[in-house]
Order: sequence, then C-alpha cells, then structure tokens
Amino acid sequence: MNAAGSFGLPHGGAPAGTKMAVEGATKFYQTRSGAVHALDNVSLEVKEGEFLCILGPSGCGKSTLLWSMAGLHGLSGGKIWLGNDAITKPHPEIAMIFQEANLLPWRNLARNIELPFELKKLPPDRARIDALLERVGLKGFEHKFPRELSGGMQQRASIVRSLAVNPSVLLMDEPFGALDAFTRDEMNLLVQEIWMETKKTIIFITHSIVEALFLADRIVVMSARPGRIQEIVEVGMPRPRGVEIQSTPAFIERVNAIKAMIDHRKA
Amino acid sequence: MDSQLRDQIPTFSAKPAAAGGGVSLSGGLSSLVSGGGRSAFETFVIVLVAVIIIGGAELLLTVFAVPQYILPRPSQIGTALITEWGFIWPHLLITLYELLVGFAIGASIGFVLAAVITQFPFAEKIVTPYILLLVTTPMLALVPLLILRFGFGSEPRIIAVALASGPMVMINSATGFRRVDLAKIALARSFGASTLQIFTKIRIPMAMPMIIVGLMVGSIFGLLTTVGAEMVGGAEGLGNRLNYYSSMIRMPQFFAVITLLAIIGISIYVFFFWVGKKWASWEA
Repeated sequence: MNAAGSFGLPHGGAPAGTKMAVEGATKFYQTRSGAVHALDNVSLEVKEGEFLCILGPSGCGKSTLLWSMAGLHGLSGGKIWLGNDAITKPHPEIAMIFQEANLLPWRNLARNIELPFELKKLPPDRARIDALLERVGLKGFEHKFPRELSGGMQQRASIVRSLAVNPSVLLMDEPFGALDAFTRDEMNLLVQEIWMETKKTIIFITHSIVEALFLADRIVVMSARPGRIQEIVEVGMPRPRGVEIQSTPAFIERVNAIKAMIDHRKA
Repeated sequence: MDSQLRDQIPTFSAKPAAAGGGVSLSGGLSSLVSGGGRSAFETFVIVLVAVIIIGGAELLLTVFAVPQYILPRPSQIGTALITEWGFIWPHLLITLYELLVGFAIGASIGFVLAAVITQFPFAEKIVTPYILLLVTTPMLALVPLLILRFGFGSEPRIIAVALASGPMVMINSATGFRRVDLAKIALARSFGASTLQIFTKIRIPMAMPMIIVGLMVGSIFGLLTTVGAEMVGGAEGLGNRLNYYSSMIRMPQFFAVITLLAIIGISIYVFFFWVGKKWASWEA
C-alpha cells in the first residue's frame, strides 16, 4: 500500500492522519498437521478515530492480524506501526478486548478493573473507573465475582477494564460472539456511544456482517487460507445508528452484497 | 469457554455457590464445616447422630460386657485421655513437630518443582514418571534405611514425611500449573505484564485450587507417614505410644491416642477446607 519511507520518516511509521498501519503482514505458523499460512501480505491503514471492522469467515486470519496489532503475536514478515512506533510487543496506547470478556474468575469486578493499573504499577484512577462503571451501568456491582454476572455484564466490565487506562486504540476480538442477539444489540449500541463520546480508534473483529455494517466506518472483508484482504467497504451511514436500521431494505441489501463477496470467494 | 453455562448461573442469592464446594474431597465433612447456611434443625440432627453413636457404643459395650482389652467404652477412652494427658502431650508435640517440619520441607520443594517444571514440557515428561514413582511407593518402606543412616532421632521421620508429602503436593500443583488459559496470559501481557507478574497474578491464582488439594492430600499423607515411621523405630511420638500402649494392653490409652490422631487429621482437613474456601472458592 504505502511505502513508509516516502513520508520522510527514516525509520518508517504510519503516515499522517493514520493511527495504525499494517505493511505487508505475513504470518506462518506450525501446527501438528504442517505449516499454516495465516496471513498473506496484508496491508491496511487505520485512520485516527476511525471505527474499523474486520470481517471474515473463521480461519481467515482476522484474529491473528488483531493479535499481531496488539503486539501479542510476532509476524513472519511485514511491519505494524502505531504512529512512529513499530509494534513488536504490547504498547501502552493499545488495549485489547477479548472474546468472552476474559475476566479473572478469582477477582471481583473492582479488582478485575484494577488489574491493568496493578500490572503497570500505577495507582488506580478511581474517578475514571467510577465514571466508566456508572456509564456502562455496573455501579454497585463492584464486589460481585464474574460468575455472578451475566455474559453482557462481564463484557461491559471488560470494556471498563480496557478504557480505565485510557488507551487511544481499542482492539476488540469478536467481543460479543457468545452473547444472545438482544444483549448483542445492546452491546453494539453501547460500543457506538462510547466510540462517539471518546473518539478512540477502534478495530473490531467480527464474523457477523450485520454487526460489522452496524458499527463500522469501513469494513475490511478478509478471505481465508491464506488470510488476505479481499475488499474494503466504506459504510458511510449517518450516526448515531439505531438498531432499527438493521431491518431497512437498504441495510439488508448491503448485507447481501457483502455476503456475496464472501460466498464468491468460497466457490 | 463456557459462557453459555456462565449465563445460566446468575448467583445473586446470599448463599454463595461455593458454600459446599471449594476443594472438598468429600461432601460429608464439608457440610459439617461449611457452617454458613446450616439451620438449627441440621445442627440438632448432627449433634443427635453423634450422641446416638457414642452413647450407643457405650451402651452396647456395657450390655454385652465387652472386655476393656478388646474394645474400651467411649467413657473409658475419654477418662484415659484426661488422666494420661500428662504423659501423652510431649509425644503429641513431637508428632506435630515432625509432621510440620517434614511437610513444610516437602511441600515447598514440591511446589517450587511443580512451578518450574511445568514451564518446560520436555523436562516435565522426563521427570514426571519418577515423581509418580515417589507418589505410589510407600515412603514408610524407607524408614528402616533412614534410621540406619540418621539414627533414632526425628530426622529419619522428617525425611520420610517430606518424601511422602512433597510428591503429592508436586503432582497436584503441576496439574494446576498446566491448566494454562492462554487468553488470560495474553490479557496480562496486553497490559504490559512481566513474566514474573504473569506468574504471580495469573498462573498461581489459576493453579490455586489444585495447589490446595495437593497441600491437603500431602499433609494427610504426611500424617500417615509420621505415625507409621514412629511405629517403625524410635522411642517418641504418638506412633510410638500406640506400640507402647498396645504392648501393655492398655486399650483405653491406646484409643485415646487414636482419638488424638483422628483430631489432627480432621483439623488438617478443616484447615485446608477453610483455606480453599478463602482462596479458591471462585472455582465452585
């Protein structure tokens, strides 16, 4: 896509106005049944404050890409930039939200949310944590343990945990995949509100076309084996979007158009 | 992982789901110590059954005139425990000392070994069969050999206790440490955690339920080995008292010592049950 050097940065980096840049990301990994080509020369730019969804069937390497952007996986080839920082290990500006909340079951909610501060050896930002808990409707649940909370509440707690340390980039790895449809709608609305209020750059992985269309500014459609970018779709629908837009003919038409892209590749 | 399950267990009631859980080895005793939600009626029945068993034994042994040297009555055992206490308690202290020191040594080595070895799957594969060998071989068998080398003091018994309890702690802790949840480790790393922080804040808490089970089983094995080793050789400890009183056919005193051993064993269980409730109740 872009040649990093052409921006006059001797050590490379994301171009101006771009929050994160992926350059030719390639990843192979070994399994018992041989080498898997998970990512093949994936290049991508994420704009400052953008809501980007990465959509694709399972096995298309979308999680691998996201974990690499979080600095949790190394790449076999290519580079990932956050501004001028090459991402090779976790970066304090980036927070990750995992599948199925990923709360520590032996800690109550308050102590789960304090975990990032503990690990970074910082005093917890009580005012911020309280405001966030209030915002997502978890005030008063601080002393509950994860198993005492519903799936939606757990995922809201995990969002608070990530936002508490005030990162500028949120990476979300199929966060609502395990939730029921109603809770999922509710969570999508919450994420949209949080994004509009905080202006964070969000990269959101999903295998739901509806979810991607509802949330994203742009959708990166990936194809599988090896994982490649097949198409980048501009969504361009006005915000805030309500759940009801999901049943409008225009929305359904767009869902079908994206579905056709994915089906076409499979055939 | 099991989010569907999680969603279906909204435990908002006052009685925590872990009340009877924790790391109980069996349900019976755990209900005795769990306290919490026990009603007055349950307490009444528990006391009633105990009274019936002890009173019944007393009555039957009296009615059938069972000689004291075959089976003493509960009242005789109780009396013996009180009258003989002055002679028994120094031995009790020795047994507890050997158990505590041996267990502390064995458990520490077992825990550290489990924590280290599970980080190296290849080394673990090589070491595990030998640990299993130590677990399954009765360490009591080594006591005569240890006595030859270390004499009739406490040392051979402490070593035997360490050898009996250590592998138990190790094998269970290793099971705990092996249950790595990569997502939780990734979570910690995404917030910049160091290897040490991942160990103390993720790996240890995650292994804690199995570590506590290991400590409980290990200490009970330690108690068996302490008493056994005292019966094999030496002139002190509760095990030695068992030999002494049985050789003198002083059965009430003999059973008084057994009662003490049972109390030690149950105390160990209750202690670790309580530790489990406090530190591992999240895994109900």
